[in-house]
Amino acid sequence: MSSITKETVCYVADLARLYLTDEEIEQMTESLNKILEFEEQLNSVNTDNVEPMAHAVPLNNVMREDVVEESMPIREAMLNAPDEVEGFFRVPRIIEKD
Amino acid sequence: MPLEDYTIVIGLEVHAELATDSKLFCGCSTSFGSEANTQICPRCLGLPGTLPVLNKKAVEYAVRAGLALDCKINKFSKFDRKNYFYPDLSKAYQISQYDQPICEHGHVEFYVGGEKKVVGITRIHLEEEAGKSIHSGTSISDSDFSLEDYNRSGIPLIEIVSEPDIRSPEEARIYMETLRSILRYIGVSDCKMEEGSLRCDANISLMPKGATVFGTRTEIKNMNSFRAVQKALEYEAERHAKLLDSGEKIVQETRTWDDNLGITLSMRSKEEAHDYRYFPEPDLVPVILEDEFVTDIKNSLPELPAEKFRRYLEEFGLPEYDAELITADRDLAEYFEAVVAIYNKDYKAVSNWIMGEFMRLMNEQGIEVGEVKIKPEDFAAMLKLMDEGVISSKIAKVVFEEMFNTGKEPKTIVGEKGLVQISDSSAIEQIVADVIKDNPGPVAEYLGGKDKVLGFLVGQVMKLSKGKANPQMANEFLKKALAELSKNQ
Repeated sequence: MSSITKETVCYVADLARLYLTDEEIEQMTESLNKILEFEEQLNSVNTDNVEPMAHAVPLNNVMREDVVEESMPIREAMLNAPDEVEGFFRVPRIIEKD
Repeated sequence: MPLEDYTIVIGLEVHAELATDSKLFCGCSTSFGSEANTQICPRCLGLPGTLPVLNKKAVEYAVRAGLALDCKINKFSKFDRKNYFYPDLSKAYQISQYDQPICEHGHVEFYVGGEKKVVGITRIHLEEEAGKSIHSGTSISDSDFSLEDYNRSGIPLIEIVSEPDIRSPEEARIYMETLRSILRYIGVSDCKMEEGSLRCDANISLMPKGATVFGTRTEIKNMNSFRAVQKALEYEAERHAKLLDSGEKIVQETRTWDDNLGITLSMRSKEEAHDYRYFPEPDLVPVILEDEFVTDIKNSLPELPAEKFRRYLEEFGLPEYDAELITADRDLAEYFEAVVAIYNKDYKAVSNWIMGEFMRLMNEQGIEVGEVKIKPEDFAAMLKLMDEGVISSKIAKVVFEEMFNTGKEPKTIVGEKGLVQISDSSAIEQIVADVIKDNPGPVAEYLGGKDKVLGFLVGQVMKLSKGKANPQMANEFLKKALAELSKNQ
């Protein structure tokens, strides 16, 4: 069974843009390991000849026709913009400076 | 060693926006060129509490593309989340297909310098477009901020991944052109590279000729025209060869093509190796395609460019060059076929007019086949007027251009402009006599044995008749009159 190290926690936190304190890293490592242990129970179930399930809801092919609907008013959309310039969402520098 | 001693290995990932009216998972319009952020909604922005619902037409178009590229259509496919942070992706994940794409294992055929080339298609999957970033500086790396327009985000895309079967930058360009031609034929994408509805990323590596293990590859982005695809890959192949020759290692990285400078630049980003943490999209249920759905699409496919090409060689006896050029564009091919359905006397003549005046005027005026005013029946009628000797080939060009500009029938134009060819013997004899009288010098030269001068004198006859004299008659009458002169000397 694979166990989660502090390094793994830091890596995942970094990918998710989460900034954790040392204490939180400790806590997360412990919690995530507990979760994994809990899920390990599933390995005791015999799944031979059972097809993998792609979705928890027994439904397929939920589709809509290709019909244009009204979009939201731009003012409303911009209510969520932390920074706006003339109808655009303004975002900070994308590539870090050297 | 020179580049020729290396084998170039190229694989392309081509993105084509599908020509649906609405987005992949919501009802926002996909139309191009609208004001920023006016075609967005809580669903395509990924606001909490919203759920995506799959556009059926997009599934149909993806299957259509798969069938046209000889792919196996997977009965079962599903969507996955590709997680990454980038400002043009407001949800922080893209809905894509990871391990069970809708189509796999296809291939495309085309000709390179007369040789048949087959490139394998690994897979085609459906995914959503990202938004568009406008950078404050001249490039992304010197911009302190960027502006985001999410109108494009959520437009359906197919990503067509090729096998690493492409062996030269030229092949890469022709492969792209072939894909465009096919996708436009089947009507699933308008494939406008200038509007970004057709894009590609290229993977390239070099290995010594005869080797079987691929070298380290680099990925090139930002090639915005067919020419740029070829140029960027030519540049990159040379760059690899130089590095390898000097014993340096190729760094596996993503590079961007700078079209102005004509070079590729490293996109040194500080992000980790890509770790997209794909997982099945919980908000969408799987797609299971019924046989009938696939068969119906298969039956509705038009004749594809490669089949048309072969038919043009066999049925119309056109040279390969003509057949390829005309069949590359479905509208052009259909126009050609509409003309030859009426005028079947000389297919090559129709092809010459299409590749000549027709395309010249189209390019000059920047219009497409669908906007051309000449009706196929009028095109055919003009050719008949030439055959009947009513107009000369020279006048035909004038008539054709007028037809092109006004959409009038050729007979009307000939009547209005008095362009009927002069085939009346006495009229031509008179013009010939005038020309001989007005050009004593050249006439003397001709009589003195300079046969070449005849061409000049024929030209004078055509000029005097304002191009309306029947050229064969002008030639014949001139020779006769000059022979008479010679006898009497």
